[in-house]
Amino acid sequence: MTAYETVAAARAKGRPTALDLINGIFSDFMEMHGDRRFADDKAVVTGVAYLGSLPVTVVGIEKGHSIKERTTRNFGSVHPEGYRKALRQMLLAEKFGRPVVCLVDTAGAYCGIGAEERGQGQAIAENLMEMMTLKTPVISVIIGEGGSGGALALAVADEVWMLENSIYSVISPEGCASILWKDAAKAQEASECLKLTAGDLLQLKIIEKVIPESESLAENLRTELISAVGVLCDMEKDELVEKRYSRFRAIGAY
Amino acid sequence: MRFVKPKNALEGLSKQPPALNEAMEEAIVTCDKCKKTLAADEQENELYVCPYCRRHFRINARQRIDMISDAETFIEFDEDLAPVNILGFPGYEDKLRSARLQSAERDCVVCGKCEIEGHKTAIFVMEPGFMMGSMGAVAGEKITRTFERALADGMPVVGYAVSGGARMQEGIVSLMQMAKTSGAVKRHSDAGNLFICVLTDPTTGGVTASFAMEADIILAEPYALIGFAGPRVIEQTIRKKLPAGFQRAEFMLEHGFIDNVVDRKRQKKYLSQLLRIHSGTHRKEEP
Repeated sequence: MTAYETVAAARAKGRPTALDLINGIFSDFMEMHGDRRFADDKAVVTGVAYLGSLPVTVVGIEKGHSIKERTTRNFGSVHPEGYRKALRQMLLAEKFGRPVVCLVDTAGAYCGIGAEERGQGQAIAENLMEMMTLKTPVISVIIGEGGSGGALALAVADEVWMLENSIYSVISPEGCASILWKDAAKAQEASECLKLTAGDLLQLKIIEKVIPESESLAENLRTELISAVGVLCDMEKDELVEKRYSRFRAIGAY
Repeated sequence: MRFVKPKNALEGLSKQPPALNEAMEEAIVTCDKCKKTLAADEQENELYVCPYCRRHFRINARQRIDMISDAETFIEFDEDLAPVNILGFPGYEDKLRSARLQSAERDCVVCGKCEIEGHKTAIFVMEPGFMMGSMGAVAGEKITRTFERALADGMPVVGYAVSGGARMQEGIVSLMQMAKTSGAVKRHSDAGNLFICVLTDPTTGGVTASFAMEADIILAEPYALIGFAGPRVIEQTIRKKLPAGFQRAEFMLEHGFIDNVVDRKRQKKYLSQLLRIHSGTHRKEEP
């Protein structure tokens, strides 16, 4: 499979969305809404649930399936209020000692007038800063598209995993091609150059794990999450935060 | 500083033969905002600000350091760090070579410590001449080290941001610098230290969405473009023309995302006053 074929697979309709996986992985999911500041961003789904027997906080970027759903979910492009809603839930997770699981699937943070007026950059920045010292385990899984800062804002985690056919990149291949070569049609070439597949990113030590996409994806993810969260829960909080800092500190270090 | 009205370099030159045009072009600059012209050699007196409309032109990192630090107090750190083509991205080496020639810097940020009216401060200043301040591993590492050093020494950090965003040619590694720098800012902050960031034209993308928006006090130069997505990308997405003044410093002030818009000429005084009031010492005399 070429990098560009993976890009297509990561964006394909019919791919399991965050809500599909949430329902498959967790039990008793109770959705919680709103950022308490402006609105409830429907591109982000947050709530509490059980992972096996363990209470957890769940954050997912939801793209939706039907056209109606996709429009409601803004095609998984998050506004600042979505990042603030996620942060609110993550701070509650810290307060009540629940681990956080984030399921990331976005082409990128939404760019529009309202998003800029309400501080898209500030919302993402605040998440990066707060997640870095969140005193509870965080695992982020890229389940489809991991589009730039909009994805990273939910992926400052102790472990970052990717589904086999997902992508994670600083810019879309089309955007990269049009900026560098003034030709969006060169997206195939850009896909290769950007090293955005799960395999590439595992090799670059950006992620910890690649999850194969089999029939039993949700079950496998549940098993993997239970085991990884268990290990992280056994660590001292300060050690956990220190390790998270070192994890990112080492990327591109000189 | 005394206000000096610059001479219009075009006055008296209009009857010169066309052969002088090239020299004329070098001798004058045209403001991109008000379209008025001013003599190139008078720009320095004006700190590269248009005397007619207050448009703040882009200046390089070394000029900024000279403007805000006390004479001979700046000590540079990590000046040897140079970018490598981590992903083997085609054409990146050529881009780096020309950026280095254009800016005389190894990458897009100059870091160190200095005194600002006697206040010891760690500083980082981004360089627009080096790939428009795009943040890659070198910038991420140098800024992270600046905060780590300042944390160890209990010093405030003053930063000047100018950036088109993350450096595409370093792919995911550049994206991760947003998290890395944010972690360093957070640690510095949690220990009770001050961070002031001045946003200059343009501050966008990954820099806006990380350390630029994480400062305790965020200032901006007049009319600086500040945003997450660039205006062209937004126009393409929403298929509408953006209103005048959108994403400019004054717009950001109005929407509550920056603390103040400060003219270049006032910045040193303004910064030193902020550093003083945060230094934990009482004012010597009652006002």
